[in-house]
Amino acid sequence: MSRLSERAWGYLLAAPAFVLLGFVALAPIGAALWLSLYRRMPVFGLDEFIGAANYVQLWSDERFWAACRVTLYFTTLSVTAELVVGFGLALLLDRLTSRSGRSSPWEQAMVLLPWAVPTVVSAQIWKWLYQPDYGLLNYLLLRVGLIDAPIDWLADPDWAIHAAVVMDVWKTTPFATLLLLAGLKALPQDLYAAATVDGAGPWERFRRITLPLLMPIVVIVLVFRTMDAVRVFDAVFVLTGGGPGNTTETLSIYAYKTLFQTLQFGYGSALATAMFILVAGLSALYVVLLRRHFQESA
Amino acid sequence: MAEVRLEHLSKRYGATNVLPDVTLTINEGELFAVVGPSGCGKSTLLNLLAGLDRPTAGRILFDGEDVTELEPRARDIALVFQSYALYPHMTVRGNLAFPLQVTKRRHGFDRRRIEEEVQKVAGFLGLIPLLDRRPRELSGGQRQRVALGRALIRKPRVFLMDEPLSNLDAKLRASMRAELRRLHEELKITTIYVTHDQTEAMTLADRLAVFNHGEVQQIDHPHEIYARPANMFVAGFMGYPPMNLLDAHREGQTLRAGPIRLPLAETGAQHLLDQPLIMGIRPEVVAITSVAATGEGAVSGIVRLVEPSGAGMWVTVDLQDAQAMTVIGLTEAGFIPNVGDSVAVSVRRASIHLFERATGKRIGSA
Repeated sequence: MSRLSERAWGYLLAAPAFVLLGFVALAPIGAALWLSLYRRMPVFGLDEFIGAANYVQLWSDERFWAACRVTLYFTTLSVTAELVVGFGLALLLDRLTSRSGRSSPWEQAMVLLPWAVPTVVSAQIWKWLYQPDYGLLNYLLLRVGLIDAPIDWLADPDWAIHAAVVMDVWKTTPFATLLLLAGLKALPQDLYAAATVDGAGPWERFRRITLPLLMPIVVIVLVFRTMDAVRVFDAVFVLTGGGPGNTTETLSIYAYKTLFQTLQFGYGSALATAMFILVAGLSALYVVLLRRHFQESA
Repeated sequence: MAEVRLEHLSKRYGATNVLPDVTLTINEGELFAVVGPSGCGKSTLLNLLAGLDRPTAGRILFDGEDVTELEPRARDIALVFQSYALYPHMTVRGNLAFPLQVTKRRHGFDRRRIEEEVQKVAGFLGLIPLLDRRPRELSGGQRQRVALGRALIRKPRVFLMDEPLSNLDAKLRASMRAELRRLHEELKITTIYVTHDQTEAMTLADRLAVFNHGEVQQIDHPHEIYARPANMFVAGFMGYPPMNLLDAHREGQTLRAGPIRLPLAETGAQHLLDQPLIMGIRPEVVAITSVAATGEGAVSGIVRLVEPSGAGMWVTVDLQDAQAMTVIGLTEAGFIPNVGDSVAVSVRRASIHLFERATGKRIGSA
């Protein structure tokens, strides 16, 4: 036994983890890939190998491309807003806690709260807020006089997706805030004193010192949030169920409906695989960006 | 270049009075050191001068102009940090150019002009081959140079330095000290140099202020501070090894500190001597010799600690016939005592400092 090299020992000891990972991650992915090459609809007793036919169908499926557009629109909008709002909140919290010299748990708890609530629960709460007749949002807007008549936010094809974006931003901004705040806390204060004395104003300090030094964390936030947003399901599903029409139908929702409502296992798996490829592609892009950034600063 | 004047400057944080009341003037073109133990308020003073912090009361004047309420960027000062505070994501060139880039609007330097200035400063400090490196690729001494260059490039009115050499090893520190002195001779920018290292302050500064508990203990030229310390704190803080401070009193025409007796020389203020005194004797005028070679007026003691220092040795001796009185002295060349040896201690009548025991204030020399 002891004749095994250190490397071999390493693999041997890591083997249980590999096996576990294989069962819970790799095997299902492989199964879905395999399934996507079949036409399998148990209701009709169909189960035949059709090769890439599902993917050919996908290519000409208008609903698939619409779902792609909705997903990317949702992702771009919500991730951008989360990053911007999250950065603002992180700067504010950093300022609050560094000025008083101690970190108050209250402000942080308040910012973190939305993230702690399960998505389904917060989506349901937002659904009530958006409710056209009794919802708080319409009531407030009417009282302030910004609108003349109640808006049915979730039933209006133009508003629905944005209503979902707002809810998602509210819910997941704390994640961005937390990561960015940790990054801000780790920045040496000397650099700010130096920049101040060198003559840099607040905006220049942010642009020339804070932003470049926090870039790795910004990219990490982008990676995590993009992957989450591309796969968004529960938030939108609870709010709109993909409607009105299919205007808020994301890839996840389309795949879910195909797989579990219409029980087209083969085609649904092809959809899931397409989504997998999209997420993998986006992550690869980010990883390349991150690596380039580190190479530049190393 | 500017004259810097502090008028009744004070700073308190909550209940702690870090700087009770400081008034001092730093002459134009002077290299002025502020020295004191940690927590003496010297860093607070520097932050106030830089504008990173606001005083509780008092004024700061540059050439008569009140800058107390001005933002750091409006004061035209440069600050060299103990940690250097180089921007880690910028190259040496970027670090040097930064102060000019962010103040572009004020002096209207375009990109080419900034590059010229960078080249000039980099040439001056020998940084040209390092311009495209990042701080982490530099040695401590090189980083120090970049920090200096970044401070110099704007040609500030006042140059502030916060323990700039304390992160360097001993040898490099000595050479950087010489370099700082050279820079100062060439540029003649008013420089305020904060340090806890009294040797650094003594060797570098034109004048220096010794601080303790936020209060100025003495302001003078280095040799004056060494020769005529204003009080016991300055006497004990400036110089290494520290001055021997011994309880003493007058007995007729003799000064007596434990077994040490010294005939009293003519001093103007005889009446001040009839009170409990402290006698200050620099270790370099205390001769430690073998008992055999005992001269007149020598007392004997037991060696407790021996500290070799180049030519001679610093020896800590417990004096005999005295309650816990120890003296540090210098051996003569060739004499190497061991711990526990009996030795003779004699005080050369070069300069004895006398202080009031009650207040610690200097009375005079004897």
